[in-house]
Amino acid sequence: MQPFVKCRGKLAVLYRANIDTDQIIPKQFLKSVARTGYGENLFFEWRYDASGRPDPSFVLNRPEYDKATILVAGNNFGCGSSREHAVWALMQFGFRAVVAPWKEESPGKRIPAFADIFRSNSTRNGLLTIELTTDEVQWLVSQDRKYGPLEATVDLVSQTITVQGTPRETFHFEIPPDDKKMLLQGLDHIDTTLKDLGEIERFERKHNVQMPTADKSPGL
Amino acid sequence: MAATLYDKIWHEHVVREYDDGSVLLYVDRHLLHEVTSPQAFEGLRLAGRRVRRPDLVLATVDHNVPTRHRDSVSDPVAAEQIAALQRNAKEYGIRYLGLSHPEQGIVHVVGPELGFTLPGTTIVCGDSHTSTHGAFGALAFGIGTSEVEHVLATQTIRIRKSQTFRVRFVGRLPAGVTAKDMILYFIGLVGPAGGTGFVLEFCGDPIRALSMEERMTVCNMSIEAGARAGLIAPDKVTFDYIAADDRPFAPRGRALHEAISRWEKLVSDYDAQFDREMELNIASLEPQVTWGTSPGMVTGISGKVPEPEEVEHFSADDVAKSLTYARLKPGQKMVDIPIDVVFLGSCTNGRLTDLRIAAEILKGKKISPHVRMIVVPGSERIRRHAEQMGLDKIFREAGAEWRHAGCSMCLAMNEDRLDPGQRCASTTNRNFESRQGHDSITHLVSPATAAASAIAGHLSDPREYFT
Ligand code: SF4
Repeated sequence: MQPFVKCRGKLAVLYRANIDTDQIIPKQFLKSVARTGYGENLFFEWRYDASGRPDPSFVLNRPEYDKATILVAGNNFGCGSSREHAVWALMQFGFRAVVAPWKEESPGKRIPAFADIFRSNSTRNGLLTIELTTDEVQWLVSQDRKYGPLEATVDLVSQTITVQGTPRETFHFEIPPDDKKMLLQGLDHIDTTLKDLGEIERFERKHNVQMPTADKSPGL
Repeated sequence: MAATLYDKIWHEHVVREYDDGSVLLYVDRHLLHEVTSPQAFEGLRLAGRRVRRPDLVLATVDHNVPTRHRDSVSDPVAAEQIAALQRNAKEYGIRYLGLSHPEQGIVHVVGPELGFTLPGTTIVCGDSHTSTHGAFGALAFGIGTSEVEHVLATQTIRIRKSQTFRVRFVGRLPAGVTAKDMILYFIGLVGPAGGTGFVLEFCGDPIRALSMEERMTVCNMSIEAGARAGLIAPDKVTFDYIAADDRPFAPRGRALHEAISRWEKLVSDYDAQFDREMELNIASLEPQVTWGTSPGMVTGISGKVPEPEEVEHFSADDVAKSLTYARLKPGQKMVDIPIDVVFLGSCTNGRLTDLRIAAEILKGKKISPHVRMIVVPGSERIRRHAEQMGLDKIFREAGAEWRHAGCSMCLAMNEDRLDPGQRCASTTNRNFESRQGHDSITHLVSPATAAASAIAGHLSDPREYFT
């Protein structure tokens, strides 16, 4: 997988909550057995009208947002289907990171910015998911509305996103240490895990005793 | 120390812990379908890796398959994807339920039916509705294709522990109100991301009173609340289901007795701590129906389309967008909304009890002449059982179409789909924009509500059939 250390680029704003993976890449494009070819159909239903023409008002069709590399979205991004094709489509379109807000629905009740499976799929492909506060994301959205596309630098080592220009603003974001490590090193997890093959085999012998039915080879 | 059911299953499966906070978790059961697996096999092949435990994998075709007939797949791209799974299964020695197999069906329907799904196991599948299997007290969750490849190569998954959320139902479920209504109600209360980061445990007398099929409906839609997994502690209902005759993967005889004595310990300790708890009284619950483009946009059947400002968990802007998409106006009564299509099926509500409850309502009646109704059993086994009971005849005589097993119009990847602007009362789990066909509108309902609506020609309260 592609490591993520730093990236600089344009922000495209699609500020809607609950953008599901069906919207990111609709099912008619999931019939392929390949890992590539999804970028052109990213947000297909929103990007094209019924006759297949690009909708000029949709952010990714607007020339000033051409080659954006950071997507700014609403809360609960990537909910729904587990399809990893959604991450492939975002990356193949050119996105390296997605920014979305977590929100506090009531004291102590934190609603994460990204859906669980989407986040895990992203990390495994080198797409960085950046959780900011609602105020911070709203600031990005309002700056974009006022001044047009923003430029920002994302630095994973320092866990910051810095918006260029005036005013220059830096936001810090949190990321679990295992995700950070995987992204920075671009690790292939299978290789790492296979180094523990001995442990897996040892576990299987013990597990067999504890839960024989769980390990019994089923036969039709 | 007091442990939750989740803690107990987790603990049994930790192979090793890493210093970054993640663990290597052993996977007992791996389910595959044609859409999310081809790239994983390709990855294995490129790296020259093998499938470590093909004996713990079961593959079926469901998402893409035609439901009118079984002779051929007319869409060449879909046909290639199905052929790829067949080839991969053969090459790597994996059991495969192909299009002509008598046990073919939706992956989350056939796993339990065949006894592949067992209490206390860890189960993964490249599909978000893997949460369904949690109804057996199995820790089951959806994964992406990279993780599918990891599981194929290592029989483990690298993961962080989730938080726990206990959802306790109290009260007696009124007649004509079902498991589907319970879970839709819950999703409406917590919102579509209220369960994100959590594993849910459903408990309480109303859960105990549910059949296995109904419990699967509840756990199935955990993901619609954002939770990767939902759990129900196994009990006699679970054990009786597993002990039924025709579950080839389940233990038998003494092995089954021994297993049951272990499974009986799969409960949360009485003093176990949960990160979040919630209690829902369902004594006066009414049938639930969604009005928007998120499963959390839901109300009672006697309710109205809400004003954009008054919906919890959604901004006024997002509600307004949903209503525009769904061509609805605030204040419209739900029962006044006409429908074009009724879809009965899916891994949420395509099981025998679902078909039976709908058939009981439709028996001797006709669906509205303006409505097209499609009935798609969750598996070929269900199709056979339903035909033995004569349910297919009831559906046909009422004017509905009777099909073969598959996902069908749940995600409309095969040829079963809505036309632009068509409105469907659907027993599925997602009402996302264009999910059932480009620019189509979905109202999520129970099988009972679906049947009542088919007769009425508009969204309709099924309780009148239960008095
Ligand atoms: S029936 Fe629908 S939700 Fe279930 S596995 Fe198939 S597509 Fe997914």
